[in-house]
Amino acid sequence: MTFPPLLRESWSMTVRDLRNLVRQPWWIAISLAQPLVYLLLYSALFRKVAEIPGFRGGSYLDFVVPGIVIMTAMFSGGWAGMGVINDLERGVIDRFLVTPVHRGAIVTGRLMQLVIVTVIQSLILIGLALAIGADFPGGVQGVVVLVAAAAMLATAFGALSTGLALVLRQEESVIGAVQFLLLPLMFLSTVFMQRELMPGWIQTLSGFNPADWATQAGRGAVAAHADWGAVGSHAGYLLAFALVAAWLGTRGFRSYQRSV
Amino acid sequence: MHAIEASSLEKTYPGDVRALDGISFAVEAGTVFALLGPNGAGKSTTVKILTTLSRPDAGSATVAGHDVLRRPDAVRRAIGVVAQRSGVDPDATGRENLTLQGELYGLRGRGLHERVREQLERFGLADAGGRLAKTYSGGMQRRLDVAMGLVHRPQVLFLDEPTTGLDPEARALMWAEIERLAQEERLTILLTTHYLEEADELAERLAIVDRGRVVVEGTPGALKGELRGDSISIGLADPPANGRARAALQAVPGIHELTVDGESLRARADDGAAAVPRVLAALDTAGLAVATATVSRPSLDDVYLRYAGRAFGAGETTKEAA
Repeated sequence: MTFPPLLRESWSMTVRDLRNLVRQPWWIAISLAQPLVYLLLYSALFRKVAEIPGFRGGSYLDFVVPGIVIMTAMFSGGWAGMGVINDLERGVIDRFLVTPVHRGAIVTGRLMQLVIVTVIQSLILIGLALAIGADFPGGVQGVVVLVAAAAMLATAFGALSTGLALVLRQEESVIGAVQFLLLPLMFLSTVFMQRELMPGWIQTLSGFNPADWATQAGRGAVAAHADWGAVGSHAGYLLAFALVAAWLGTRGFRSYQRSV
Repeated sequence: MHAIEASSLEKTYPGDVRALDGISFAVEAGTVFALLGPNGAGKSTTVKILTTLSRPDAGSATVAGHDVLRRPDAVRRAIGVVAQRSGVDPDATGRENLTLQGELYGLRGRGLHERVREQLERFGLADAGGRLAKTYSGGMQRRLDVAMGLVHRPQVLFLDEPTTGLDPEARALMWAEIERLAQEERLTILLTTHYLEEADELAERLAIVDRGRVVVEGTPGALKGELRGDSISIGLADPPANGRARAALQAVPGIHELTVDGESLRARADDGAAAVPRVLAALDTAGLAVATATVSRPSLDDVYLRYAGRAFGAGETTKEAA
């Protein structure tokens, strides 16, 4: 079977990124342990949130699992720029740019790796959640939508992080963006709290927050009676955001090449 | 036919760093051409433009017959690049680095596998092919760089400071490899270097680059031949008072092109061996104590001094362009 060159080249890049990842067992251990710890801590700490009048649905654990899956995906995406900066410093990006490889493949290769890692990470999280008693009434198809939403969000933030890394070319810029942008995005969303129980201004802001779109789409899909219209519209916003982000990420190369 | 033509390339980096100031030169297909100059002269910027990584502010260039601005993709297919900074992925093995590089040029399957094996063998990396590149010595990493630059059999190879940072043994190996490539593969090679002896040894033609311009171009032999006679170099014990050394030596017959730089004096003489006693006597009469004296056949160092107007090493202290 022959694939178009862009896909083939992207896949070559994906294989490289996955291989480099597997060679850092500590990184894998940390990126798995961290969300698991969050899952255990948050579900224990906020268990009584489920008793607040107006909280719908089952246990807080059921509620928070999709949020943690989305949060984990968002941060994986946010850190993607670190790998780009590593490659820039080592001259690897320059080497790629003087070959005929599609500029887009350098970005999409990394994003495909991110999708694969996010899917695996999400499934591990969901598996552990099931083991400690979480319930996903939406069944397998709901879980598929949740994982897809997580992958889309990771892709979007991965592309933005890549673009930022290419424009600013400093580790500090990526660290800063993750700390000052992603952290507030996580709290200005329904990741940890049901929408109706949030202050009005956060409800308003969350309507513009991609992390919230992903959470609503994912959580809606695993709920007992999924509102597919709402799931679909949130997934649609998310897809549009991911496409714009991917375009911006690839544009980062122009900015970089002007500086060389 | 010219494999590379650069014409009036200009480039200024942010902060008013003028890297290229109208550099022009042409390289005959199948030859080795060296750009020689100190750090910051604009050699790497020239290579970045010719390899499509960077764009000039003005001027034009063709590589392998393709315009670098209008047909960058055609240029990229025709060239191999070994950058000054190694582009090897340290977390991948030598074999993986070569394989990915081949894939980026569209090589696949058995052909790629064979080519990778061949390159590892040819560059003495067959045993190390399965080891991560970060475990390689500097010389091995540089050889992997060159192997990667050649994996797709390019017509034109760019070697940006290929031996900088290598120990003498690794440098000699790299020189032998470059000579072999030039002879057996009929590659066009553009080499940049700040080692005079490297350009002298490897290049059929060279251009001396200074402050973003070519100051002189020719074969190493012709450039050296332009210099009349031998080179005399005198080191004084103390820096002479203003103009005293010059005044003392101007009267000596057979001496020309005198330059004074601190306590070091340089001059040319038709017959160096005969001129030295006269020079020493003149300095003695002027009351200037001599610490060292050398006579040598003309070298590229002298060519550089003559055309750039200062000693070769002196250029390194000027502001370095990116």
